[in-house]
Amino acid sequence: MTFLDVKNVTHHFFKEQQVATALENVNFSVGAGEFVSFLGPSGCGKSTLLSLLAGLLTPTAGEIQFAGDVEIGYMLQQDFLFPWKTIEENVALGLTLLKRENHDIVDELLEQFELAHTKKLYPPQLSGGMRQRIALARTLAVKPTLLLLDEPFSALDFRSKLSLENFVSETLKQFSTTTILVTHDISEAIAMSDKVFIFSARPGTILKSFIIPQEIRELTPFDARNAPAFQVLFQEIWEELDTDEY
Amino acid sequence: MNIDQLQQQYNEQRRQEKRKIFAFQFVILIGLLLLWEVTTHFRILDPLIFSSPRAVGSMFIAKISDGSLFPHIAITMFETVVGFILGTLFGTLLAISLWSSKTFADVMDPYLVVLNAMPKVAIGPIILVIFGPNMLAVLVMGVLISVIISTLVIFSAFQQVNENYVKVMQLFGASKYETFRHVILPASTPTIISTLKVNVGLSWVGVIVGEFLVSSSGLGYLIISGFQVFNFTLVFLALLIIIVLATIMYKGVEMIERKVLEKQ
Ligand SMILES: Nc1ncnc2c1ncn2[C@@H]1O[C@H](COP(=O)(O)OP(=O)(O)OP(=O)(O)O)[C@@H](O)[C@H]1O
Ligand SMILES: [Mg+2]
Repeated sequence: MTFLDVKNVTHHFFKEQQVATALENVNFSVGAGEFVSFLGPSGCGKSTLLSLLAGLLTPTAGEIQFAGDVEIGYMLQQDFLFPWKTIEENVALGLTLLKRENHDIVDELLEQFELAHTKKLYPPQLSGGMRQRIALARTLAVKPTLLLLDEPFSALDFRSKLSLENFVSETLKQFSTTTILVTHDISEAIAMSDKVFIFSARPGTILKSFIIPQEIRELTPFDARNAPAFQVLFQEIWEELDTDEY
Repeated sequence: MNIDQLQQQYNEQRRQEKRKIFAFQFVILIGLLLLWEVTTHFRILDPLIFSSPRAVGSMFIAKISDGSLFPHIAITMFETVVGFILGTLFGTLLAISLWSSKTFADVMDPYLVVLNAMPKVAIGPIILVIFGPNMLAVLVMGVLISVIISTLVIFSAFQQVNENYVKVMQLFGASKYETFRHVILPASTPTIISTLKVNVGLSWVGVIVGEFLVSSSGLGYLIISGFQVFNFTLVFLALLIIIVLATIMYKGVEMIERKVLEKQ
């Protein structure tokens, strides 16, 4: 079942001096419950595409269609927790604004993320990995049906990144949330996704898509990295991006 | 020696250091007063112009006991506190209205620049004519002098709030008011508090100048009237009281600042 359909989307940024074309003729679709990743050179318009999907920007041309109502959760490139609010208040932010205040959801999430003890603390008192998890909790608290993740693990050290990948993958399977992940890390894309889209340099357009084989999908992101099929796919995507002057 | 003892030793050293500094400060104060007394006593400085600590002291006691000083102190304090609060409040409200409409902010920009550059005390006589020679004119003066600069500083703090925090709010469908309440205001609180400190000083300037002009009551009036009858003991008395009160107010605001910032 198609959950999201993007048709011929083009986006220009208008400035006084010039027009920058960020995206050109982007076409793809995502099925319900699928996890897809975007890979592409820096500045090719991946974050722009997420902003378009989230409704922060309106595409200059083309259409974005959702099957029915969607609640979008968008996790920005950095955590952007509010330092003047406690962890608890940060996680509850979306619920507060949508007038659906519910302490049980917040407590449950914090419990599940093993961060219940940080409830009354403030973001600067937490480590980068913890803050990233809180930002994810804040995004998930409103129970989004479409989750947009913009390089959520890029600021983390390798170990925290791997453990957080496992954690996110597990959590999202439970919620069966449709997810789009933007990343620069080919391994991460393969290990976490069902499908990987490769973008060209700016103006970004989809060059190729890779379906991740079932044998990799079944494994946790950490174990997936050791699967035999993983290396083959990594090589293929690497070469694709190489010709793309990555 | 164990760690506890070392810690105690360290604290003891710190306390001694502090006591030493305080002693120096106290000696300087006494020295200045003595110098003032001696130079005027031996007429190195003209006592008619520079008065003397003893003269100021005895006038202070006389005016306290006949009750003629207190009303002036009360009036000036009231005007300064009200001018300070209103100046900051109006400044904040103006900054909010500028923030809430980009068009309004762009339109107002040149006017704010001009108003800010203009020396506010220069329009004192006009204010006096408009509001009459009463307390209202003094209050207007006290407010006017701080309101524009507060507006500009607070508005620029609003604008400097990381736009990604605002984006987070947009993603949750927040209204402009909610964005203000949850992001803009808390993010700018430190700036607003630091304008408070500046405004304490500015309000004193505005109020004293206002009292010079209105010339009916208050410590500024005492300075002007003392000057007119060449009673410089009165001028120094009023001046010293202003210094003490302004310092107390400034320290009070500093305490509020610490309290608020601690909470954040
Ligand atoms: N608000 C904006 N105004 C003008 N140009 C913009 C704006 N936002 C992005 N761009 C331009 O659009 C292009 C795509 O930007 P975008 O942030 O989407 O890239 P990205 O693929 O997410 O890059 P990265 O991987 O480095 O995060 C870039 O060339 C950028 O300069
Ligand atoms: Mg980006």
